[in-house]
Amino acid sequence: MTIEERRARIGRRPGFVLPAIYWVVIAVTLVPIVAMIAYSFNIAPNHRITFVWHGFTLAYYLHLTDLSGLWQAFLVSVVIAVLSALISLVIGLPLALALDRYRFRGRSLIWGIVFVDISAPSIVVGAASLSFFLTINLHTGFLTILLVHVAFNVAYVVVTLRSRLSGMGTVLEEAASDLGARPIPAFFTITVPLLMPGIVASFMLALTMSIDDYVITSFVAGSSTTFPLFVYGAKTGMPPQVLCFGTIIFVAGALLALANGALNRKSSF
Amino acid sequence: MRLRRWRRMSVPYALALLGSAWMIVLFLIPLISQLSVSLMTGDPEQGYNLTWNFGIYAELFGPGAAVPYALFLGRALLFGGAATLITILVGYPVAYFLAFRVPRRWKTPLLSLVVMSLLVSFIIRTYMWGFILGGHGPILTWLRALHLAGPDFHILDTAGAVIGGLAYNSFPYMVLPIYAVLERIDPRTFEAAADLYASPRVGFFRTTLPLSRAGIFSGILLVFIDSVGDPVNSQLLGGKTTYMIGQAIQDSYLIQQQYNVASALSAVLMLALGVILFAYARFFGTENIEDLV
Repeated sequence: MTIEERRARIGRRPGFVLPAIYWVVIAVTLVPIVAMIAYSFNIAPNHRITFVWHGFTLAYYLHLTDLSGLWQAFLVSVVIAVLSALISLVIGLPLALALDRYRFRGRSLIWGIVFVDISAPSIVVGAASLSFFLTINLHTGFLTILLVHVAFNVAYVVVTLRSRLSGMGTVLEEAASDLGARPIPAFFTITVPLLMPGIVASFMLALTMSIDDYVITSFVAGSSTTFPLFVYGAKTGMPPQVLCFGTIIFVAGALLALANGALNRKSSF
Repeated sequence: MRLRRWRRMSVPYALALLGSAWMIVLFLIPLISQLSVSLMTGDPEQGYNLTWNFGIYAELFGPGAAVPYALFLGRALLFGGAATLITILVGYPVAYFLAFRVPRRWKTPLLSLVVMSLLVSFIIRTYMWGFILGGHGPILTWLRALHLAGPDFHILDTAGAVIGGLAYNSFPYMVLPIYAVLERIDPRTFEAAADLYASPRVGFFRTTLPLSRAGIFSGILLVFIDSVGDPVNSQLLGGKTTYMIGQAIQDSYLIQQQYNVASALSAVLMLALGVILFAYARFFGTENIEDLV
């Protein structure tokens, strides 16, 4: 009997409690998402969303850039997300390799820092970073947001890549070196392609962490505004364009996830 | 020869250099130097000087404190703890369902539905909940129309709304690690339990639950820490009676600009979280901490 058949046998008692809990959870998960999508199409008389349904419109999608500041904030968020994900990948991949493949002095200290970096509460990290920038007299703004986003993304990248690396083993790299490959070409022709799913996953994780961060960014943003900061600032009422951006990000993310799922399904055969 | 050996020895340090330097300079040093900021006195106009003012901790958390920060911290720990408990009680059955009751090809799609909310900006999600549960929202409108709620009944500005918001926002972070450990359990374990005449209930409490301890602990780390420090849910879904330590840190830094107060508050928050999680790890026992990340 295969592992899968054994698993299936455990689940042979039909039962409806577990599926019921699951589907209630999904229904609750959907509530704010459906509300966001629906109200992005509702006419908003005072340019603030209201519950009363005033009629269907595409106007806010067609005039996404009309709301001053929102488009700019969105661009700042995207640029910081992409840059911070790239930088943390470039400095995080070698660090993950060092932690997984070598025993060296300071290894467990660095691993401890990675652990604390991931688990420290955002509010503390934000306050600490701002204290630091004030102490060294670095003007807060775009640069400080980027520096801090890399500082938390590196930890996520290292953890994701290290778990892939330790699952991968070193057999193929040893084979390459037995066949006379120099370490650096072997790294780029063997290790990197094998590690590609992990690289993509950690890049996407870093992108998401950066683009959605409000708490830490609120401390170190200075006069810059990112998308979450802009949305949070709209306390007197939500402009409908914000929901349009939210819907576009959601649909794009869902499509990427679907494409990724389809690719994985194909490659597994 | 010696040069070659030296070069080999230095490889891991060269690889680790940039990544660890970035974390040390921009994460670890700020975190530690914040402790010294808390011991400074001064004001934003004149600047702050290190005067080793340990008294600030007694001033902020002692019995005669002008602002009840101890209450805000206690409330945050209580709300964060309640939200964590809810995510475990609801998230564990969901993870169990996905790991054991779903055919293989449906696992990824059904798991994606659980984490779907992460594709929507955290602030928009929370704001939409406020919009739906608010005084003019559909829920209260219907409840009033059915005479199930009086005109003064409200959902927002209550502890329940804030705890619910915290639980909703961190739910996927509880399900994912529990699902990951459940998936790794060897099904022969259950057969062994059944062969030894364990009833399904006993089998669950003696095999499955203990084997998923590490996943629950990672979930608690992720959910509890960020819920306790969160300033957003209590701001958007709560009111004066739900003011939490995260908001206090943010306000004293960004509005009142009392850097020493904010630093002292976050130092105490870190300490409280550290003590609670350490006690939990000791009490329930957990494996190598490296496995948890």
